[in-house]
Amino acid sequence: MEEKFDAIVVGAGPSGNAAAYLLAKAGLKVLQIERGEYPGSKNVQGAILYSDALERIIPDFREDAPLERHIVEQQMWVLDDESYVGSTYRSAEFNKEPYNRYTIIRAQFDKWFSKKVQEAGALLICETTVSNLIMDGDRVIGVQADREGGAVYADIVILADGVNSLLAKKAGFHAELDPKDVALAVKEIHFLPQNVVEERFNIGEDEGVVIEMVGKITQGMMGTGFLYTNKESITLGVGCMLSDFKMQKTTPYALLEQMKEHPAIRPLIAGGEMKEYTAHLIPEGGYKAIPKIYGDGWLMVGDAAMFVNAVHREGSNLAMTSGRLAAETVIALKEQGKSMTEANLALYREKLDDSFVMKDLKKYKEMPGILHKNPQFFTTYPELLNRAAHSMLTVDGVDKKSKEREIRRNFMAKRSLFGLMGDAFKMWRAFE
Amino acid sequence: MIKVENKLFQNRYKVDAGHPHISIRNPDLCQNECKSLQCTVCCPAGCYTEEGNGKVVLITDGCLECGTCRIICSEFRNVEWEYPRGGYGILFKFG
Repeated sequence: MEEKFDAIVVGAGPSGNAAAYLLAKAGLKVLQIERGEYPGSKNVQGAILYSDALERIIPDFREDAPLERHIVEQQMWVLDDESYVGSTYRSAEFNKEPYNRYTIIRAQFDKWFSKKVQEAGALLICETTVSNLIMDGDRVIGVQADREGGAVYADIVILADGVNSLLAKKAGFHAELDPKDVALAVKEIHFLPQNVVEERFNIGEDEGVVIEMVGKITQGMMGTGFLYTNKESITLGVGCMLSDFKMQKTTPYALLEQMKEHPAIRPLIAGGEMKEYTAHLIPEGGYKAIPKIYGDGWLMVGDAAMFVNAVHREGSNLAMTSGRLAAETVIALKEQGKSMTEANLALYREKLDDSFVMKDLKKYKEMPGILHKNPQFFTTYPELLNRAAHSMLTVDGVDKKSKEREIRRNFMAKRSLFGLMGDAFKMWRAFE
Repeated sequence: MIKVENKLFQNRYKVDAGHPHISIRNPDLCQNECKSLQCTVCCPAGCYTEEGNGKVVLITDGCLECGTCRIICSEFRNVEWEYPRGGYGILFKFG
């Protein structure tokens, strides 16, 4: 028997769930296919949830979503081998509801989101891998799943199948990912009693801290580290571009181990019990690396479409927003009695262009290229900054003016005046 | 020397015995042509190991399904990479 749906959504992460939820809520007949045992069992994120993107889909999500802690403090560390120079922003404003950002544990959060999707009327099938798209000429008309009678058909197939998106590659929509456009991140979750987390980070019940890190922990590679506080656990990890990983001899887990041994990080996780080790690719190629995201009978959302703002460490909000805009596009076309042709689906691109998703990605379109060509931002500057701080903060009878002169000399020796000016210009261009 | 096995030990897997989802297309390429063998370095689960004679052995049981090996093998495109069958493979408890 041939089953036909209005829409098939492949994948039950944030983008797929956003799309499936809104489509089902609008009364469309939706099938969602997830390869994991349950939604979330294949998904990995830091993880920070940005309220705004979810609020536009499920306004009252705070009532029952599994949220760990709302963020009241953000730290940025620039690390040398034994030290870091940091900045902190902490505000009581962040303690006023509605909270803007939360830490979450993805396996739990995705399960919750999926329950909402099913309540909205979508049919979810788990433990099922979609092996291929079914084509009629250039048009996608369904998917082939790895179970008996696994061919299902729909007017539109939404590819929310994550960073690897094998389906788009098999169908010839995308070439293989370029190592310079993806970062490999590894992370661990360490459990500690709730009161220990709160004392260690100087936070109250439900309050959370985010620490983003750059510098020696990536051993010269373009990348960052992070540490987030959950209710009674801490997640920490490090990610670097695959093109850089390809060039050196440190394994990802050795990198993570060394990060955990950093004298500023070790005490924060001391005594914790590590309960899971995960790895995941993050599509960080930015605007210039965005592949084809729609065609006859298909739309692409989330990581599969490279929707990650690497500069601001945002991804799940772009995923949910792109899922929402994809659903809105399909609903609008249905209402107007239009078919899901590439020309009609261009509306999705218009909606994206009009949203923060494309605007932010466009704003930082030069950033990946600049950072790839200028590893000094991950090596030389963190070292120079830390040495300068160390010098100024060590009281040893040397006058401050001499110290300043020495610091300036160090900067000039490492980067030269033109190098320094060039770097400042590059950063200005990247952020402009 | 950090043992990745100690980390993977914390994870939950449903291994699809006899059906590895990743395979090396042409083992001769790894042994004779590839100089870098970066799969043996970059795989976050240490699934790839080099034997003394330059032969690469792949055991997918600890795979975290990230996709790194497929993408970094850009010179030879020698990694056949599929997702595990539905329900099999890594099962993240926290993710």
